[in-house]
Amino acid sequence: MNDNTVLKIKSISKEFSKVKVLNNVSLSLRKGECLGLIGENGAGKSTLIKIINGIYYPSGGNLEIEGKAVDIKDSHTAKSLGISMVPQEFNLIPTLNVFENIFLGNEIKLSNGLLDKIEMRKIANNLLDQLKTNISVEEKISQLSVAEKQMVEVSKALINDSKIIIFDEPTTTLTSHEIEVLFELIRGLKEAGVSLVFVSHKLHEVKEICERVAILRDGNLICVKNVEDVDEQYMAQQMVGREITKIFPQKRDSLVGDRSVLRVEKMNLTRKVIDASIHLKKGEILGLAGLVGAGRTELAECIMGLRHKKSGEIFINEKKVDIPNPRVAINNSLAYISEDRQGRGIHLIFDIPTNTTMISLKKYVKNCLLDKDLIHKKSSEYIDVFNTKAASLKNALKFLSGGNQQKVYLAKCMDTNPEILILDEPTRGIDINAKSEIYQFISELQEKGMSIIVISSELEEIIGLCNRVYVLREGKICGELTGEDINEEEIMYYATGVKVM
Amino acid sequence: MGKKLFNFKDNGKNKQQFKLSEHTTLIGFLCLVVLASILGWPDFLRMRNIITLLRQVSYTGIIALGMTLIIISGGFDLSVGSMTAFAGGVAIFAMNKFTSNIALGVAVGVLVSLSFATLLGLINGLLVTKGKIAPFIATLGTMSIYRSLIIYFAKAGNIESLNTAYGNIGSGVILGLPVPVWCFFILAIFLQIFLDDTKTGKYICAVGANEQVAKYSAINLDKIKLIPYVITGFTVGVSALLWSSRLNCINPSDCSGYELDAIAAVVIGGTPMSGGIGSVLGTVIGAIMLGIINNMLVLAGVSSYLQQAAKGLVIIIAVLVQYKKEK
Repeated sequence: MNDNTVLKIKSISKEFSKVKVLNNVSLSLRKGECLGLIGENGAGKSTLIKIINGIYYPSGGNLEIEGKAVDIKDSHTAKSLGISMVPQEFNLIPTLNVFENIFLGNEIKLSNGLLDKIEMRKIANNLLDQLKTNISVEEKISQLSVAEKQMVEVSKALINDSKIIIFDEPTTTLTSHEIEVLFELIRGLKEAGVSLVFVSHKLHEVKEICERVAILRDGNLICVKNVEDVDEQYMAQQMVGREITKIFPQKRDSLVGDRSVLRVEKMNLTRKVIDASIHLKKGEILGLAGLVGAGRTELAECIMGLRHKKSGEIFINEKKVDIPNPRVAINNSLAYISEDRQGRGIHLIFDIPTNTTMISLKKYVKNCLLDKDLIHKKSSEYIDVFNTKAASLKNALKFLSGGNQQKVYLAKCMDTNPEILILDEPTRGIDINAKSEIYQFISELQEKGMSIIVISSELEEIIGLCNRVYVLREGKICGELTGEDINEEEIMYYATGVKVM
Repeated sequence: MGKKLFNFKDNGKNKQQFKLSEHTTLIGFLCLVVLASILGWPDFLRMRNIITLLRQVSYTGIIALGMTLIIISGGFDLSVGSMTAFAGGVAIFAMNKFTSNIALGVAVGVLVSLSFATLLGLINGLLVTKGKIAPFIATLGTMSIYRSLIIYFAKAGNIESLNTAYGNIGSGVILGLPVPVWCFFILAIFLQIFLDDTKTGKYICAVGANEQVAKYSAINLDKIKLIPYVITGFTVGVSALLWSSRLNCINPSDCSGYELDAIAAVVIGGTPMSGGIGSVLGTVIGAIMLGIINNMLVLAGVSSYLQQAAKGLVIIIAVLVQYKKEK
């Protein structure tokens, strides 16, 4: 046994309603190291970190901290043992300000029982200085950017004197500059002797920041390797259990027709979208690139009738249409996959058939009643088409992994028989294997003549998929790229304002 | 990889599996019946006692059926008690205009009771959807308004029916069961099917479970949120009709506290206040359980002042059990 082992995971298993999601996983975390934890969706990463953090209780096995067996019954116990998590979905209270959030649950009190706000402000200020951010402690959380919120989460972990900090896919919503800042911070934490678990899908980040990497597949620990000894290709292969030749299908510009199926003229949405005009051709995969907050989602939601545009016109098949609400958009053969899968896309407490047929439910009405057999038949067809993994159709979606949830969400949209599909961050928080399946599916849809808009912050996704790309910056369309011009440099030039159309 | 967990044949098997944890309401109900049978032996199991019990719970039970839909949709209605008295009073008031023709009078009474209460429900719904007022506040307001108006119309006295046939509705008995009990059961079955097997029913659940997701699923939020209030208006109308014809009279202070009994029946019946899921038939069981507890206390000679405490205790236990289940 290594002397500087901080956390020892000893043959942990976990079952959910008889489905084994973790099988005899043993792993140790050393002092001052950053351990990468990678695996596909449903491999058991989230379950494992939730067990460490006391959110789930293991069905078998136990945990040791610094050689002593511990029983982590809830997240409060985890906290008192010095374990913190920076979750993917932040646990901050938007109406409170920064220092109140940092001290949430750890408030400093005066002898008379009131809060010592002066002291808390001072400590929070010092902490934020150490983290080299210039967030004000008085700022309301709702005013902060995603990256700043993450810094607050990290501060929350630090105030708690954490020995172990778990980062759950911390970089999904960050820009590359913000990622650099985060990595600098992680390096600092390592030097201070804090042990980190870094859960990610981005293998090059694991390569950059971690010392060792643990790879999970189907609930089993496949291997733990020194990062120096392995390359990204190897990690990806171990995750999937087979060789991945290529993620993106062949781009086919020949499938793009001449006819425009969707045309947007001078769309305006107060402060978010400014005079945006775009068109989408039959059979085209069109990318909307840009930094987070450039107005891509807002533009899509205006088209779908989810937001009320200030001005602008929409033409479908060159016919002017008025789309006041999403139902009219659906009736015009539009479908939209939101970037916020769990908050806007699917009902987590409902089962697969209920979710799959939510938009298209009208199709299944016979004599005023729903044809449940037909609903089940159709849903299981989609399960086959998408290779969705679930113990049963009756599973509530909260028990499915992110990738499988996304597949149900796709099925939900496909069941409305759209001709124009808008995909907003279609592979956010999804592993390589599910990603490549979804790319394959998008390509098949193109082959069938569907016209698709892809909104993505992952440049390689835009580059790998799209026949044509618009780049947005601060609500304006500031660039249009085709063919060879669709590359990382060009997109970033336009996205950051170096080049203007 | 390649291991396919999903198998359609499994589905049939899962259906047959009876999970104890999913039937806490039913188990609680059976335990209570056994307990009541033993403690109240032999009086509790007498047919007359059971029929009286069912009749007693019908009035609030019928209202609770609509309330179930409101709570599933993520809403709330405090005004149902006031609404019952208001609609019942207005119905008798209207009926008394037609003293010359008894049959016509009864028809007017039925029609006014149902349609007026439905209108009151619609007002609640519009305040919540178009007015964007929180359901709790909106119906707190209408609760006061409806109650105040009926007291004003009644000049603080009884509104008595002059129609001799009207009373037959509420006190009528068909095939051994009182009319209110029939109404209760038939409406319950009807609304359960509405909730489970119609598009609107599913959409009510969807809106209650997550309004944002419902919006992004192209569901008309205002329309779907309005419907449960209108349905509750109708069930209140049925209850008002039965109650006013039973006594052939309405006192403006009648039916106060009905809202709490109705909400209690919904919660005990296993529908969580968080919305999205729930069961109308569960509410029937919840209402009957409340009735059994009252009945047991009466048979045991416990002070009627303590009955409210027992009710409160059962509500708390029901919610505790639900919370455990969710965790």
